Amino acid sequence: MPTIKLTVNAKPVTMEVEARTLLVDLIREHLKLTGTHVGCDTSQCGACVVMVGGQSVKSCSMLAVEADGQDVTTIEGMAKNGELHPLQKAFHENHGLQCGFCTPGVVISASDLLKKNPSPDEGQIREWLEGNICRCTGYHNIVKAVQQCADEMKGGA
Amino acid sequence: MDNFEFHKPTSIDDAIKAVDGKDEPKFLAGGQSLIPVMKLDMAQPSDLVSLAGVATLKEIKEDGDTLVIGAMATHATVAESDAVTKAIPSIASMAGHIGDAQVRNRGTIGGSVAHADPAADYPAALVALNATVKTHKREIAAEDFFTELFETALEEGELITAIHFKKPKRSWYEKFQSPASKYAIAGVCVAEYDDGVRVAITGAGNKVFRHAGMEKALSGNFDPSALDGVDVDAGELRTDVEASAEYRAHLVKVMAKRAVKNAR
Repeated sequence: MPTIKLTVNAKPVTMEVEARTLLVDLIREHLKLTGTHVGCDTSQCGACVVMVGGQSVKSCSMLAVEADGQDVTTIEGMAKNGELHPLQKAFHENHGLQCGFCTPGVVISASDLLKKNPSPDEGQIREWLEGNICRCTGYHNIVKAVQQCADEMKGGA
Repeated sequence: MDNFEFHKPTSIDDAIKAVDGKDEPKFLAGGQSLIPVMKLDMAQPSDLVSLAGVATLKEIKEDGDTLVIGAMATHATVAESDAVTKAIPSIASMAGHIGDAQVRNRGTIGGSVAHADPAADYPAALVALNATVKTHKREIAAEDFFTELFETALEEGELITAIHFKKPKRSWYEKFQSPASKYAIAGVCVAEYDDGVRVAITGAGNKVFRHAGMEKALSGNFDPSALDGVDVDAGELRTDVEASAEYRAHLVKVMAKRAVKNAR
């Protein structure tokens, strides 16, 4: 079995995996980080989105061996020193979730957007989040949360 | 998904060697089509050869009147590339509307072309923009490359290294997309060259195809109104859960007009 070395939420991980292991299964089954969800398992819903090498990806459509040598961030790695990430805080304040199943993927995806475009307008946020399906909120409060976070991060940092 | 041997070469030569003599080898590009297909057991490779470590396959460059996009350039890279935006802006725009952000971060032009989905966007660009598919051993004209539904002219173990596009005077691509998958229900790429206009249609038939009637009309007058009198035959088009053949025929004309209007 291939041995892979990667960093997950700033912690080094070395392990043997079957070549066919999906990244999401490595994260959930082997590392027990169950904040990353499997919604559709057909790369449409975005519940499994994580950051790999600084890019948001659908971890149900990537092999764990392809993440060898890379930095991976899951929703568990977003809060720092007990402080929620500004996006998590904004989702909380704007009621940007209801059942919360899609939220980890949406937060990671939105963090990728804000990295590439710190001042997105509403249309750009909606377009970027096309790969994340939410069946509760109707997206309005998700978009509001991302917008608020962008405004605050510009003001603060 | 069945297990397989995983290989990660760092050169084209080593990638070719890695598939040699194997039962059922496959190259893995961004995996945005192949991994889902493998999860459905519709592909069961004995060996998977990842191309992620072959740096030379990611190059994008202008070469005279040709734009060269390496097979492993992701859709996100192509969409954001200054070289692509300057040389053929329609390709950058097309790449920026494939799938969603996460698919664009992983998916590649070579993978899309090799998969040859009848509703994929890139095949329309390749055929309209008179592209050549470069493999490790030969060059294939785009029109000869897409042979059937999900079928290409690629031979066993043949690796796409780059796509060479011929720069047009102007071109554009418009699609009516499936709201779930973002695949084209009907997508039309138009490209104007000194010797005439090329029109390629994806999503509507069993594979990408050119439309002689539209090409003739637009070669005479590159204006949306030139398409008013052109017939799009629904008989050649697909009917499925997303749209009837008649609706697709209508959409093809609407998308073609929009593409002509927006061409740059």
